[in-house]
Amino acid sequence: MKLNERSLAFYATCDSPADNAGFLYKRGERHTAYHRRWFVLKGNMLFYFEERESREPVGVIVLEGCNVELCDSAEEFTFAIRFGGAKSRTYVLAAENQAAMESWVKSLSRASFDYLRLVVRELEKQLEEMRWGPAAACGGCRGLPGPWKPKPLGLEQSAERLPALPAVPPKENGCAVWNNALGANRPPDTSGCEGHGGEGNLRPPPLPPRRRASSSEVGSAGAAAAGSPSNFCQLHEWYGREVARLRQDWLERRRGPRP
Amino acid sequence: AVLKKRLVKLVVNFLFYFRTDESEPIGALLLEHCRITKEEENVFSISFVEEPERKYCFECDSEEQCREWVEALKRASYEFMRRSLIFYRNEIQKMTGKDPLEQYGISEEARFQLGTQKP
Repeated sequence: MKLNERSLAFYATCDSPADNAGFLYKRGERHTAYHRRWFVLKGNMLFYFEERESREPVGVIVLEGCNVELCDSAEEFTFAIRFGGAKSRTYVLAAENQAAMESWVKSLSRASFDYLRLVVRELEKQLEEMRWGPAAACGGCRGLPGPWKPKPLGLEQSAERLPALPAVPPKENGCAVWNNALGANRPPDTSGCEGHGGEGNLRPPPLPPRRRASSSEVGSAGAAAAGSPSNFCQLHEWYGREVARLRQDWLERRRGPRP
Repeated sequence: AVLKKRLVKLVVNFLFYFRTDESEPIGALLLEHCRITKEEENVFSISFVEEPERKYCFECDSEEQCREWVEALKRASYEFMRRSLIFYRNEIQKMTGKDPLEQYGISEEARFQLGTQKP
């Protein structure tokens, strides 16, 4: 199977920070001798080099759908990366000491894209719940724009791998989706999309009083519910701006992206 | 250049491509440090940072399909997903004063630290 090897090698050797790096002994495939290699973990890819100074990796292990487990072996500090398929190879590695072994096992078990995506989804859900209340995160106003992977039309995909999420956040029950993309602290921008830089340093306004747990309309404490005209005007102005921006964003999306 | 019909599958940060009647992929592209560009109608391209002139071009059946692919591919890299995590973690921490990764026991995990990743 062809692979864009040059790009892989670039990813392995470029100056983006590695998630782990160090010498490990790798057991050979056919012969059980161990070879010392320089390992670099970046994202879900475990590269290995003949020497630390080598210009390109001699191999890579893609860490998806694997289990990382300790080994019951004559060699000390061994662990294995095991894949599911019948013909899949198990990689047996050995560290130089207990601490190194533990550190590698930990970082390798959390290296998969799947795992990362799981955590991201959880955090998104938490954020939605905090902003809109617990009901919102469960299928009501779903969808923060950002790292969703919309399902391209007409293509087969394995169900567990990609969520069938809407490409555009839906608006239900008149509830606009919070789009924090226009603030300064916004989710990472997709490449080439430079247009939103000028929005300034606005933080999201405080949660409205009715969202606070166990507060009534009349009795809420807190600055947001102070009730004095200047505070209310401030709130009104803040929410108004956000609403206007959301609306504009929604309109632009309906028109479709400019060529 | 000749256009060949392929079945294309985006799986994690890889774009696999198949001959339409085969079950094993002919090849795959790792989608890190790449640039997704909308080209002419129905067409997008993928190019890589270390070889920007070399473009892998894909023609879709419709503009809509093309746009969906561009959006999906722009978000496909591990690095993009990681930056999203760091962003959400930071947001939640600002709003609650607590680190949401603590509950998963991964708050010390090097790969999720703010400021260690390049933009």
